[in-house]
Amino acid sequence: MVGISPQDVVNWLVPGRELFLALHVLGVACFAYIVWKRLVPLLRAQRDPRFDQPFMRLGRVFKFWLGQWKHPRYKFAGTLHILIFAGFILLAMRAFTVLIVGVSPNFVMPGLSGRTGEIYDLVTDYAATVVFLCMVVAASRRLIFKPARYAVPAKYGKGHTADAIFLLGLIALLMVADSLFAASRSAGHLQQGQPAEALAAFSLPWMLQVAIGSMPLATLRSFNIGAYLVHEIAFYFLLCYRPFGIQFHVETSLFSIYFSKLQRGTLKPVRWGVSDEQLDQVKSFGVKTFEDFTWKHMLDFYSCADCGRCADNCPANKVGRPLAPRFLTTKARDYVFQHYPVLGKANNSHPLIGTIYSEDEIWSCTTCGACEEECPLLVEYIDKIVDLRRGMIDDGNVPQSLQKPLKALESRGNPYGKIEKKRGDWAKSPELGPDGKIKVLDGKNGADTLYFVDSITSYDDRMQSIGRATAHILTRLGKNFGILGAAERDSGHEVRRFGEEMLFTALRDHNTEAIKAAGVQSIVTADPHAFNALKHDYKDVPPVEHISQVLAREAKSGNLRFNSVEKWLEDRGHVYTYHDPCYLGRHNQVYDDPRDVLDSIPGLNRIEMQRSRDRSFCCGGGGLMLFYEPREEQRMGVVRVRMAAEAGANVIVTACPFCMVNIEDAIKVAGMEGKMSVIDLAELVDQHMVCEGCPAQAQKLETATVGG
Amino acid sequence: MEILVCARRVPDTSENEIELNAAGNDIEREEFVYSVNEADNYAVEEALQIRDRVGGNVTVVTVDGEEGEEILRRELAMGANQAALVSDDTFNGSDGKGVATILKAFVQKGRYDLILTGVQADDGAAQVGGMLAAMLDYPFASLVNSISVEDGKLKVSREIEGGNKEMNEIDLPCVLSIQTGINEPRYVGMRGIRQVASVPIPTSTASDLGVDQGAVGESAAKVKRVDYFIPAASKGAEILHGSREENADKVLELVAAKGGLK
Repeated sequence: MVGISPQDVVNWLVPGRELFLALHVLGVACFAYIVWKRLVPLLRAQRDPRFDQPFMRLGRVFKFWLGQWKHPRYKFAGTLHILIFAGFILLAMRAFTVLIVGVSPNFVMPGLSGRTGEIYDLVTDYAATVVFLCMVVAASRRLIFKPARYAVPAKYGKGHTADAIFLLGLIALLMVADSLFAASRSAGHLQQGQPAEALAAFSLPWMLQVAIGSMPLATLRSFNIGAYLVHEIAFYFLLCYRPFGIQFHVETSLFSIYFSKLQRGTLKPVRWGVSDEQLDQVKSFGVKTFEDFTWKHMLDFYSCADCGRCADNCPANKVGRPLAPRFLTTKARDYVFQHYPVLGKANNSHPLIGTIYSEDEIWSCTTCGACEEECPLLVEYIDKIVDLRRGMIDDGNVPQSLQKPLKALESRGNPYGKIEKKRGDWAKSPELGPDGKIKVLDGKNGADTLYFVDSITSYDDRMQSIGRATAHILTRLGKNFGILGAAERDSGHEVRRFGEEMLFTALRDHNTEAIKAAGVQSIVTADPHAFNALKHDYKDVPPVEHISQVLAREAKSGNLRFNSVEKWLEDRGHVYTYHDPCYLGRHNQVYDDPRDVLDSIPGLNRIEMQRSRDRSFCCGGGGLMLFYEPREEQRMGVVRVRMAAEAGANVIVTACPFCMVNIEDAIKVAGMEGKMSVIDLAELVDQHMVCEGCPAQAQKLETATVGG
Repeated sequence: MEILVCARRVPDTSENEIELNAAGNDIEREEFVYSVNEADNYAVEEALQIRDRVGGNVTVVTVDGEEGEEILRRELAMGANQAALVSDDTFNGSDGKGVATILKAFVQKGRYDLILTGVQADDGAAQVGGMLAAMLDYPFASLVNSISVEDGKLKVSREIEGGNKEMNEIDLPCVLSIQTGINEPRYVGMRGIRQVASVPIPTSTASDLGVDQGAVGESAAKVKRVDYFIPAASKGAEILHGSREENADKVLELVAAKGGLK
């Protein structure tokens, strides 16, 4: 527009000024009212302090919102979304300019005059074109290709295809109207011999200009005013319609991501701002009614774009359990739309369990975190599931299969009801020095490092082997370590994640005292659940490491060396694959250490499963999940074992006793005994590490049947 | 409806290792943890459900030492309105009839429409419920696995050998012994127990209840335990001593050999 004075510009919009202004006021007022109504439940919600660490939060906005970080995990849909998102961001100024031009014909967006403005116009011509094309592609995906993850099984409600198509159509219409507005204006200028805005070659406005360029001026004028009206109405309609469905994320996603959870592996407290000591005064625990959710969790419900990626990655959903994270959100959204209507009074405080959620649905989650890892909008699920479980526990609504282990945890400190005295009975091995025992840190003995064993490794015959392997390794590496023995209690990791906060608190307090009394500088564990509990759920305990982290460090420094077992491995034709335990990988980002350890064993052939690292597939869950009897079509472990076979592996290495239980069982259930085996990383290292004066080691290797 | 549930504290078989004491006449109880007898817990849940349907109160009573409070608090946390501990040194060593005598005295101090007991205690003989009914001259139904309240009467179903059910009408007041599985008892967590930690639990002694001390306690017991033993492996019983896997394989083999697997 350089060189054109405002008076020269054909301005067909002037006569419609009052109408356009009225539409603006009406549109903005409607939107403000609807947003206000959407905010009402958030104001009645539980508190949730998310106003800390502004720089970190802004950084996340740049990464996950502006940078669309998670989107390329689904290549096609992700690329499509990035294009649409970039188009919207670019077009925002243009859209506002167009809206304002209707009432102030000579308006130019500050900063977009002159050369910058010309370039901006050209870029946005293309942006509008790209967004339009993306709408066509997205609609054809919905209508023709129908990716499985968009389907809505009848039990979860109605499908959303019609809604999606309607919205895609509206956006396409907006793009066409915008383009036609620019094309007709430019064509009008040309016909009148005035300097016209250059339109980007082969863009949508450009093509429309070519198509209508020779039409009479009056027609162009009608097109111009018509396009303006359609643009304005579509814009405000879309603005006011978005808060009624998945498109609301256009407005809310920025806030959802800014206020997203910063700490992995942690759980929200029962009530923010209520200390453990004050918990007894809290009348009701967890989420029982919608208003028990925090405002951020409600914001999540608004923000979900229903893309289906969470459910697509959810192991519970995969094996046919009655849970799909996506529908936890959409059902809550339907609830809030229905009970907090835009017109009419709020009708709230209804119980959620038994109405929109079933008990089985909420108990089905293994808290593996696959959904949260995948969500482009960083929607939180684990905290909500745990809060719903807290509510059920508080109401006494607990499956019988979980009541016995919970009671045993209360009276014996382990879910099996075994005697406390015998907790350290596993800790004997001829390879552990002259007395063959692991030091028990009971005040008489001191050590630098505590090996926190946890219940399953202490009491389960099979898992005790992981405990002994860990102890062998620590001994050979020259660590001064010990165990708590009878003084140890269950870490309570799953107790907490199953919603029994008070029992968890009791277990944690007992262990914290015992750990402090042991006077150690560090803690090591071979159980990722205990690792996560000690790291995130406990306070004031020495730093904790998983054994794989110790092993990786020692291997790097050369302290941990392996025997030449190339021939041994080759003879057996072992192909190894590493299964990431959820609470080591996703929740604590320990992906490389176990792999580095495996790769430092000479001659070990390791391949990756398609689903590995942050897309690892949960084996079935740990702790109390072993007692829960889910409704499911098959076992998660069986699915996982098949994945390993598909990758071409015949030995699964894991680093978690619960993974061991589940995968061992799954191999049997899948009838793959003899074809597939599983070994713990500590057991594997124990077998192959260089150890002077370990005759038993060589002997064990001779008779080893699994893993190698 | 005023409902009384008689409950007992027993060593939890799933959380204890049962070993004989040195004398061989009892089990080693030092490391024991206790809980409410499983069938009694079902009885309490049933009482709570009836109360929630038709109104009234649920009282839980136990005959025990001070330790009995532990299970009473758990049942209060479950939702019972009151709990009562019946405790007296002279009660020690009572046999089933003795316990029924004590409970009868307690019942007569109050006014109850319905009295529930568990079908039997984990370490008991399934006798107190029936004896209590007889002493009170109340009708009695055992092995009850469903209850519906009708006007002045109850309709109860009973479990019959072979998995069959029998329907009975029974007049109130009555005594019922409750079979496990009649319902799904609610969970009681630490929080629930903490919340009832300061609820007073009244204790009644022999003299409070007017129990004839000659009719209770060890001296009055006509049934005495003389021995306690783990049955020796007899002919036909085979104990497997292999590893878990070996044992599992062996069991499978044995079951198949006897035609149990087809």
